[in-house]
Amino acid sequence: MPESQTMANSHELLELYKVSKSFGPVQSLADVDLTIPLAKVTALVGDNGAGKSSLVKCIAGIHSADSGEIVFEGKHIKLKSPRDAADLGIETVYQDLALCDNLDIVQNMFLGRERTRKGLLDEDSMEQSAKETLASLSVTTVRSIRQPVASLSGGQRQAVAVAKAVMWNAKLVIMDEPTAALGVAQTRMVLDLVRRLAERGLGVLIISHNMNDVFEVADRIAVLRLGRMVAQEDVKAFDRQIIVDLMTTGSSTRTAAKANSHGIESKEN
Amino acid sequence: MATNLQLQSASLTPPPSKVSGLVRRGRNSMRDLWMGGLLLILIIAFGIKAPTFFSRASWLNTSNTALEVLLVALGETFVICTAGIDLSVGANLGFSAMAGAWAMSHLFSVGAGSDIGIVLVGVVAAIITAALVGALNGALIAWANVPPFVVTLGTLGMTTGLADLINNGQEISAIPTSIAHVGNLNIGGWMPIPVAFGAIITIICALILAKTRFGAHTLSLGDSRESVIRSGINDKRHIFKVYVLAGVLAGIAGVIVMGRLGAASPTSGSSDNLSAIAAVVIGGTSLFGGRGTILGTVFGTGIIAVLLTGLIVINVPPFWQEVAVGAVLIAAVYVDQLRGKRRAKA
Repeated sequence: MPESQTMANSHELLELYKVSKSFGPVQSLADVDLTIPLAKVTALVGDNGAGKSSLVKCIAGIHSADSGEIVFEGKHIKLKSPRDAADLGIETVYQDLALCDNLDIVQNMFLGRERTRKGLLDEDSMEQSAKETLASLSVTTVRSIRQPVASLSGGQRQAVAVAKAVMWNAKLVIMDEPTAALGVAQTRMVLDLVRRLAERGLGVLIISHNMNDVFEVADRIAVLRLGRMVAQEDVKAFDRQIIVDLMTTGSSTRTAAKANSHGIESKEN
Repeated sequence: MATNLQLQSASLTPPPSKVSGLVRRGRNSMRDLWMGGLLLILIIAFGIKAPTFFSRASWLNTSNTALEVLLVALGETFVICTAGIDLSVGANLGFSAMAGAWAMSHLFSVGAGSDIGIVLVGVVAAIITAALVGALNGALIAWANVPPFVVTLGTLGMTTGLADLINNGQEISAIPTSIAHVGNLNIGGWMPIPVAFGAIITIICALILAKTRFGAHTLSLGDSRESVIRSGINDKRHIFKVYVLAGVLAGIAGVIVMGRLGAASPTSGSSDNLSAIAAVVIGGTSLFGGRGTILGTVFGTGIIAVLLTGLIVINVPPFWQEVAVGAVLIAAVYVDQLRGKRRAKA
């Protein structure tokens, strides 16, 4: 992406305006606005069926929105395929991770983008880059980058999937329930990783059911309910109760001030 | 409420164990060695039972049998690595040889061009025919989404019938004799030219599977097609190419068999399906896809070929050959399944 093309708003990486998506008679997204800033973690929350997955798939290029506009780095874009999204620097880490169990870490990280020299795979160069990327994300628990991913723990698999995204110069990393199947220590590791991505200046969109995770890792929270965006604020404007209210009824009577103090409380817990 | 949500999501599945994976990895790399060892034991056993097994005639016989099976098995390795199957390779061998011989006999009867020119036309015709059958398989499997088993069972029937139709079920022997000269030439009496040629093809296939992008995509397709698609690889086009490759290799095998016999028979290759699939599976390539090596297939083919010729050398009636290969195939698949179950548990 040439540097000369300056962005309309240097802090916003991705902006959605009035994005709608229907599947037959079912409208899963209705006029959704969403802003994802650079260097921040935005959490997308909502009950089952709220449209979180549909929204993510629209950003990842798997679905194309029926209507609405998507602006990436200040430019209007159309996403027709996952490849389009990847070319822009939008990488999605799905819940099922989609790793090849029999392949090792290096092979997985380079799948589809293998480096070759004289027609043969350039294993040394790929190994080197994989190592550097993992090290830059402080992923140090992996014994060998030549072990098959089937032998990794859940958190390590998540780390490999994230590292794969980061290695391809992602600007926006979308993570779908990254801690869903993980134990306490593994969750810790993944949340640290998420924070590190934001510290590197990437935009991060994380979908999570887990309020602990959301409050711990997010800078901003966006709440979807029945396909509509009901709130989108700095994390300070929320507490758990407000989010639950918003997720279930679409509004909350609690005030931001109360929420703020409550939010601090919950962090102390 | 919040804690409820948290509990739900925290305890879905336990993370997979680290140790079992490492142990299995060790087993995988050991497996090729095991197969090599088994092959050696088999050779020694037959040799002790019948010392003529170590004769030059026996070696030439074994290596020729092995070559035919190996060429077909190489293509089958790629196919099985994608978690597919190609049941048509053996019949494709006979059909493409017949097609090549038909082209040669027509040119030969009108006396068009030199022998070498005619042979070249025949070789190209055979390989193109085989590639077209592979392309038909690949297109139906990749784009029409018909399961590989059904598509290749169908083309198995079609190519068997077509091979018979070409010359009314008879073999074609009115082809230049020069093809048989090359087909039976030996270097130093011990190394048949076709076997040397097959060795080169084998090395090329081994490099493709283990060291190229094509090979990496082949293995990952069988492992997780979803991740291949998400990686932006054109999965359908790749599957198509793999079946075309299997067809081309069957065609080369057809040419080599034709060279050895100096004629083309519609029934040649008909028992190679069984042998080739058995060789691939014995060689450690998983029918579940995602795991396989050419070296394993070479050892697997060696085991099958030694079994086939060895049984003759120790005077077992030849009808027992296919019984033995069939039993070995089932045993190899059973072992593969045990490994698959272990993987599922990991």
